Amino acid sequence: MKDLLRKIRKTGRVAEDPPERPAGDVPDALGELGGSVQLRHVDAGSCNGCEVEIASAFGPVYDAERYGARLVASPRHADALLVTGPVTRNMEVALRRTYEAVPAPKVVVALGDCARDCGVFAGAYGVAGAVRDVVPVDVEVPGCPPEPEAIVAALRGLTGR
Amino acid sequence: MTSVTGAALSASLGASLLAAVAGAALPRRVRPAGAGLCTAVAGAAAVVAGVAAMTGRSWSAWLPELLPLAGVRLAVDPLGGLFIAVTGAVAVCAAVYGVGYARPPRDGHGHGLDGRTVQAVLPLFVAAMLLVPAAASVSTFLVAWELMALASLLLVVAEHRHRASVGTAGLWYAVMTHLGLVAILAGLAGLAAAAHGESFDRLRAAAEGLSPAVRGAVFVATFAGFASKAGIIPLHVWLPRAHPEAPSHVSALMSAAMVNLGGYGIVRVGFDLLGGGPVWWWLLVLAAGAVSALYGILQAAVATDLKRLLAYSTCENMGLVLVGLGAGGLLLTAGARPPAALALTAALLHVVNHAAFKTLLFLAAGSVLRATGLRDLDALGGLRTRMPLTTAAFAVGALAASALPLGNGFVSEWLLLQSLIGSLGEGGTISAVTMPVAVAALALSAGLAVATFVKAFGTGFLARPRTPQAQAAAESPATMGVGMGVAAACCLALALVPAFTAPGLAGAVQVVLPGQDALTGQVTLRLAAASSTVSPLLIAVSVVGAVALLRIAMIRRARRRARLWDCGMGPLNARMEYTATSFAEPLQRVFDDVLAPETDLNVTPLAESAYLVESVTYRARVGDRIERRLYRPVVAAAAAVGEAARRLANGSVHRYLAYGFGTFTGVLILLAVTR
Amino acid sequence: MSGSMSVAGTVEAAAQVVLVAAGSPLLVGVMRQVKARLEGRAGAGVLQPWRDLRKLLRKEAITPDGTGPVFRAAPLVLTATALVAAGIVPIATTASPLDGAADLFAVTALLALGTVALALAALDTATAFGGMGASREMTVLALVEPTILMSVFALSVPAGSTNLGAIVNSTLHEPQRVASPVSLLAAVALAVVVIAEAGRIPVDNPATHLELTMIHEAMVLEYAGPDLALVEWASAMRLTVLLGLVANLFAPWGIASADTAAAALAALPLALAVFAVKVAVLGGALAAGEVFMAKLRMFRVPELLAGSFVMALLAVAASFFLA
Repeated sequence: MKDLLRKIRKTGRVAEDPPERPAGDVPDALGELGGSVQLRHVDAGSCNGCEVEIASAFGPVYDAERYGARLVASPRHADALLVTGPVTRNMEVALRRTYEAVPAPKVVVALGDCARDCGVFAGAYGVAGAVRDVVPVDVEVPGCPPEPEAIVAALRGLTGR
Repeated sequence: MTSVTGAALSASLGASLLAAVAGAALPRRVRPAGAGLCTAVAGAAAVVAGVAAMTGRSWSAWLPELLPLAGVRLAVDPLGGLFIAVTGAVAVCAAVYGVGYARPPRDGHGHGLDGRTVQAVLPLFVAAMLLVPAAASVSTFLVAWELMALASLLLVVAEHRHRASVGTAGLWYAVMTHLGLVAILAGLAGLAAAAHGESFDRLRAAAEGLSPAVRGAVFVATFAGFASKAGIIPLHVWLPRAHPEAPSHVSALMSAAMVNLGGYGIVRVGFDLLGGGPVWWWLLVLAAGAVSALYGILQAAVATDLKRLLAYSTCENMGLVLVGLGAGGLLLTAGARPPAALALTAALLHVVNHAAFKTLLFLAAGSVLRATGLRDLDALGGLRTRMPLTTAAFAVGALAASALPLGNGFVSEWLLLQSLIGSLGEGGTISAVTMPVAVAALALSAGLAVATFVKAFGTGFLARPRTPQAQAAAESPATMGVGMGVAAACCLALALVPAFTAPGLAGAVQVVLPGQDALTGQVTLRLAAASSTVSPLLIAVSVVGAVALLRIAMIRRARRRARLWDCGMGPLNARMEYTATSFAEPLQRVFDDVLAPETDLNVTPLAESAYLVESVTYRARVGDRIERRLYRPVVAAAAAVGEAARRLANGSVHRYLAYGFGTFTGVLILLAVTR
Repeated sequence: MSGSMSVAGTVEAAAQVVLVAAGSPLLVGVMRQVKARLEGRAGAGVLQPWRDLRKLLRKEAITPDGTGPVFRAAPLVLTATALVAAGIVPIATTASPLDGAADLFAVTALLALGTVALALAALDTATAFGGMGASREMTVLALVEPTILMSVFALSVPAGSTNLGAIVNSTLHEPQRVASPVSLLAAVALAVVVIAEAGRIPVDNPATHLELTMIHEAMVLEYAGPDLALVEWASAMRLTVLLGLVANLFAPWGIASADTAAAALAALPLALAVFAVKVAVLGGALAAGEVFMAKLRMFRVPELLAGSFVMALLAVAASFFLA
C-alpha cells in the first residue's frame, strides 16, 4: 500500500490537457442530453483493433470520461451504441435488438473503417454489411483503427463538452 | 356464569359442535358450506369471548358431571383470553377459506377434503384448541390437550390416500405429540400430587411451598412437552413434516393457533402456576428459543417446498416468542419488573402477529397448491398475473414475516429487541452475557427471514412460470379469497395501529405481573421500560406519501414496452431463470457447516474415452441435520429392540403360560423377601 | 416539545431532506473525482452525476415484456425509503418530528425495505442476471443485519435509547465517550457494514461492467431512463444517509440542537454546511481507500462481515463491563 501511495504521488496527473473542442454541432437527438452520454459498446465482428483504441481512449491519458462519456453494462442504461467491426451474420440480429433495447433518444457511432464500409472484410461470406445497413448511424469515425484522439473527438461531439 | 365471556365461549363451543354434526350429517354438496359457516361463527364467538376476557371480564365454571371422577373446570382470564381470541380469529379465516378449499377444483379430482371425517373433525379441533386455554384444572387441560392432538392428527392424515408421505408425517406427529403429552402429564401430575389438588387455583397456592427439585422437575417436564408442541428445536421434527402434508387450512390452524398453545403452556405453568423460577429455567427457555429461531430460519432459507418453508418459519417465530419469554423470566428473577413486562408483552404480541401472517401465508400457499398441485418453488413462478389476489395476499404475509416496516412482524420484533437491549443492565452478569448473544441470534434470524421471504415471493409468484401446471394456474374461488382477505386485513391493522392490542396485551401480562403497563401511546408506541419510541403508522404514511409524490412526478414521462434484454440472443426461457434453489445457494454455501447439504455428482464417461463425458448428474439435498443425527439413531435402536423382542412372542401357548407362571412366581418371591 | 419547536423541527427535517436529495449526487461526484485524481485522470467533474440524472429523467422509460407492478413500483419504493430515512436521521437537527417515529432499527429496516423492493423487481424480470443480483444482495443483507443491530446495541447502551436523536444528544453532552473502546469498536463495525450496504469496494464494485461480478448493478440492468434515474439517485441518497449516520453518531458536533426554536433555526445553515463537509470528507476517504483495494470474492465477503460482527459483539460486551 505504501508503494502504491508513493507511485500515485510520483506519477501525479497522467491525463493530457484537453485539446480544443472540435468544431461541429451536437446531433439533434442528443441536444437534450446535456453533457452526459453513456455508451454501450457492441463488437459486431471486429478484429479487436478498435477495442484496444477504445480502451486507451478511456484510459488515464486521454480520459474520455472527463467529457461526460462513460461505458455502461447494459443498453438500457445507454444513450449511444459504439459499434465496431463489420456486422457479421451472427451479430446482425443481436445488433438490431441492442439498438431496440436503448431508450430514446439514442444515437449510433460506427467506429472504424470496418464499421463504416466493412473495410478489408467487404464481401466476405460471413459479413452481413456495414453498420448503417443494419441500424441507422449518426456518427462515423474513420480509421483502421481510429486513433484515440479521433475517438475522443467524436465523443466530445456527442457530449458537447 | 352469565358474563359476556362465558356466554360467547359457550356459544362458540356450541357452534363448533353444531359444525361437527353438520359435517357428519349434511350431504356432500352442502357439507363444506354448512360446516364451514358454523365453524366461522364459532371462531367469531371465540374472538368475542377472548376480547371480553382480555378487557377484564374473566369467567369461570365448574361442571362436575361432565367428566367422571374429576369434572370439568373452566376459567378464562385475560391470558387465556388472548389465546382464545387468536385461535378464534384463525378459525374464522380457515373455516371460510375451507368452504372453497374443500370443493374439488374444476378439472382435477377431489382430495377428499369434503369427506365426513375432515368436515366433522375440523370443528372439534377448533373447539379443543379453545378449551385448552380455558381449562383450569390439570385433568381438564390434559383432556383438551389430547383431544386437540387427536383431532389434528386425524386432519394431518386426511390426504393419506393421495400421497404416501402423509402417512410418514402422521406417524412422526403421532409419536412426537404423544411423547409430549407424556411429558406434560408427568409434569402436571407430579405438580398436582405435590400440591394435593388439581385445580389451577390450588396449584398456584401450593407452588410456593414446594421444594426447588420438584418445581424444577415439573418445569423441565412440562417445558419439554410444550416446546415440542411449539416446534422448538430439537423437538421440532414432526412440524416440518406434518404442516406441509396437512390440508392447507389445517396447516394454518396448526401453525398459527395450535403451536401458540405450546407458548401458552410455558407462560401458564412457568410464570402463572409456578410463579417464576430460578435463572437456569429461563436460560433454558432463552437458549432453546434462540437456537430454534436461527436453525428454523436457516432451514427455511434453503427450503424449496413452499409449505415446508413456512413450517420452518413457524419454528423460527416460536423461537422468537420463547426468546421473549426467557428474557421475561430472567428479568423477573432479577427483580426487574417493568423490563420483564416489556419482554412478555413483546412475546405475546409476536404470538398475535405470527398467527395473523402465518394464517395468511398458509392460506395463500394452499391456494397455490389447489390451483397448480405444486408446492415446489422451483416449479412455480409467474402466478402474479394468473392469481393476483393470492399473490397480493402472500405479499402482505411475506412482508410481515420478513419483519420489515409496513409489515406487522416488524412491530413485535422491534419490541423484542428493545426488551433485550433494555435488559442489559438489569440482570447482572448473566444477562450481560446472554442478551448480546440473544440480540445477535435475533438479528441474524431477521436478516435471513428477509432473504427467505424474498425468495418465496420472488421465485414463487413473480417472474415467469417454470412448469405447465404453473402456466395453467387460475385464481381460487371467492370464499378462499375472503378467508385470505380477513387475514390480510388483520395483518394490516396490526401493522399500522398495533396500539389497539395494547390494553389486551397489558391485561394478559398482568395475570403474571400485576400492575405493569409496558406499552402506551396511540400512534407512537412508548415503552415503560425504555425511552425508545417507534410509530409504525407515521413510517407507513411517510413512505406511502413519498411513493405517491414520486409517482405523480413520474407520471408524465414517456414509457414504452420493449423486449426483455436478452443480450441480443434469446428469447429467454423459464429454464434460464434463477430458481429458489439457486437463489438460496450462496446462503447454503455460507452456512454449509450447519446445514451439511448432501450432494451427489455422477459423471459418466463415454465408453471410448475416459476424457469424454456422456452424462453428468448432480443432485443436492438439504436434509434436517438434527433429525438425522438425533432421531435416526433412536428410531433405529427402537426398531432393533422391536426386532429382537419378536423372538419372545413366537406364538407358542406353552411359552406364554411359562411367562405368566414365571412372573407370578417372581412377584411372590419378591413379596416374600420384602415383607 | 412546544409548538414552535416542532415547527422548527419540521423545517429542519425538510431542510435535511432537501440537502440529502440535492447533495447526494454531488457526493458521488466528489468520490468519483477523488478516485479519478488518484488514478491520474482529470475526472468528469463533481457535477457529472447531476448531469447524468438530468439526462436520464429526459429519456423514455422502458417496461420490459413480462414484468409487472413490482418492477414499476420498486424504484419508487427505493427512493421513498431513502427520502424518509433522510428525514429521520439526525443530519442537521436532533428535533426532527420523525425522530420519535423511528429509531435506528427502524431506519435500517426501512433501508432494507428499499433493497427488498429492488431485489423483487430484479426477480420479476425473470432474467438470470436479475436473479443472481437479487440472490447476492439478499445474502449480503442477511449477513449485514446482525452487525448493524449489534452496533446499535453498543451505541444505545450509554444513551439508554435506540432513538437517534437521543444517542446524538448523549454524545454531545459527554464528548469524551467518542474515544472509548466501545465507540471505536462500534465505529469500525458500522463502517464495514455501511460499505457493504452501500455496495462499495471491497464488497461490491459500483463501476463494474462484468455481470458475473455484480451485486447491486445486476439487479438494475433492466431499468432505463427515469426509472434508472430514481435508482441511481436513491443509491446516492442511501450512501449519503449511511455516511451521515456514521459521521453524526461518532462526531455529532455542529448539529443544531438548541433549546429554542429561533436559535435552532439560526444554527441550521451552519449545521447543514458542517454536515456537508463531514460527509464529503468521509466519502473522499472511502473513495481514496477504494483505490488501494480490489473487490473481494463473493464468498470472502461473509468473512469480512463476520469480522465486523465480532467487533460489534466486543463493543457490546465492553459497554457493559467498562461501564
